[in-house]
Amino acid sequence: MVEVRRSTVLDAPIEEVWAILRDFNGHETWHPSVGASRLEDGASGDMIGAVRDFRLHDGSRIREQLLALSDVETSFTYCIIEAPVMLRNYHATVRLRPVTSDGRCFWEWWARFDPSAADKQRLSRFVVQDIFEAGFRSVGALLRGERRFVAPGHRSAIPVASPVVAVEAAAVVVTRYGGPTVMELRTVRVEPPGPGEMRIRQTAIGVNYIDVYMRNGSFDLIRPPAVPGMEAVGTVESIGPGVASLKPGDRVGYACAPPGAYTTMRTMNAALVFPLPDFLSDAAAAAVLLKGISASFLLHDVYAVKRGDIVLVHAAAGGVGSILCRWAAALGATVIGTTSNAAKAEQARQRGCAHVILYTQEDFAEAVMRLTGGRGADVVYDAVGKDTFETSIRALAVRGHLVSFGQASGDVGVHSIDRLASRSVTLSRPNYGHYCDTVEELRTQTDRLFGALREGIILAEPPTLYRLAEAPAAHTDLETRKTVSSLVLIP
Amino acid sequence: MTKVYISRVIPAQPGAVWAIVRDFNALPAWTGFVAESRIEQNFPADKVGCIRNFRLKDGGRIRERLLALSDYEMSCTYSILESPMGVENYVATLRLIPVTDGDQTFVEWSAEFDAAPDREEQLAADIGRNVFGAALASLKGRFGR
Repeated sequence: MVEVRRSTVLDAPIEEVWAILRDFNGHETWHPSVGASRLEDGASGDMIGAVRDFRLHDGSRIREQLLALSDVETSFTYCIIEAPVMLRNYHATVRLRPVTSDGRCFWEWWARFDPSAADKQRLSRFVVQDIFEAGFRSVGALLRGERRFVAPGHRSAIPVASPVVAVEAAAVVVTRYGGPTVMELRTVRVEPPGPGEMRIRQTAIGVNYIDVYMRNGSFDLIRPPAVPGMEAVGTVESIGPGVASLKPGDRVGYACAPPGAYTTMRTMNAALVFPLPDFLSDAAAAAVLLKGISASFLLHDVYAVKRGDIVLVHAAAGGVGSILCRWAAALGATVIGTTSNAAKAEQARQRGCAHVILYTQEDFAEAVMRLTGGRGADVVYDAVGKDTFETSIRALAVRGHLVSFGQASGDVGVHSIDRLASRSVTLSRPNYGHYCDTVEELRTQTDRLFGALREGIILAEPPTLYRLAEAPAAHTDLETRKTVSSLVLIP
Repeated sequence: MTKVYISRVIPAQPGAVWAIVRDFNALPAWTGFVAESRIEQNFPADKVGCIRNFRLKDGGRIRERLLALSDYEMSCTYSILESPMGVENYVATLRLIPVTDGDQTFVEWSAEFDAAPDREEQLAADIGRNVFGAALASLKGRFGR
């Protein structure tokens, strides 16, 4: 933490100075750096909690909140709640004292904030010179009956991030399409964040099945040589111009395209990055973001699961599968899971499945019909693809819905839609990006996910950890279904 | 309960001013109205709880206890144990605050006390002018300008 403190003596009675400073929204009339200012929500300038929203002359926008105002102490305290500067945890106090020996006024102004080491000197100088001392001079001039003071040749420009340069990071690179061994740890160059971007120092990276598809070329999401990976968490290292939602030092996560998460540091579109709640550890968050957001829109937006529904979930012990089971059960559905063996069946039962079918031992469509008295499932969540698609349609109830959201066993291939008519069933092939590609939609999904985690509806289960360089081993374990927990790479 | 508040700007660096007023036994050196002072029980003058026992030039004797001393805040708080002034529950604080603009020092001296209701106002005015005000004027004089 840095504390900066300045003080002056003005040649005016304390009452006159206080009359100028007391109005929290009055700074636009006396501070040379401040352009238009307004109070939010119809507050008055002496209402504790009032927020002033103003612009500096360079156009940057700041919002500050009044925390305390005392006519006894002739002081007020406020904090920054939104600013493009790196003034993290900035809070400041103005205090006036009478000089009783000669009727003048003693004015103190101090602030505390948490700058990065790189920004410390520059920001301290900015606060002291452009905020405090400029304010002192300006009010002094006003009291002498002069016009609002603006130092000659001086235009207050709020400093943005310190000059950020390209840095090197260690990244796992897919050198060509192929098996796990096509991935190599290499040194890559990470550009500084441009407008609307931020650079993130990553602490945990989630491994998902889609990463395998990127690596082996099933999906052309990347063109080798390229860095795979869709989700990670970490700390904001620096931000580019125009990023106001998050600051350096904030703990954040993302789970979306473009690929490139398998790295110690990366630059991202800030709109795709969101803050993490404190109750989630870095590793737990990296393990659950992409799978949890998937489950969120699959259960609420692609098909809205409701009380009494019969829900069939394939690979019910898997990453997304186990979240789907728990969450669907919490929504009031009867959940039927399919797994490949008895051990996974037991896990699926623990995750909310009322019934578990070993698809290796019986036709799961017949089993679903038997378990439901011939009704079938209202919705089937199928990420297995080729091996299950036809049977999943047979497992549906009349007007049931098949959600095909993955192809672990291979491409679903070409099918006639005539089969859908036999039970008036409908089909979705949702694309992750279309359910969280705007800030608002992403916010909807993350709010829902963090709410479900906070309330214990779904659990952030401890992932299996690998070092970043062990990404090939992680992929091997994922593809051979050696692990049942989520996989996380730690840089 | 009545209050006294007196303040002044001293044209000197806070460190230099604090070096003088920090000494709880130094009233004779800077106030102009104290003839002699000693710390009872031979305690150091910066031991919180120590008592200064001093005689005014007009003959009155006063005993005051150091309640707080802060080199961090540059402040000193004390209470009156015995005095000819007829005050009760008297607690005073002397505090220095830097004036960064011009590298000067803002000095404030405040007190709260109880006295007979008909005397309170006069007493407060006297303490403000003749004790605190006079002492700070004398202190300022030490720094020339």
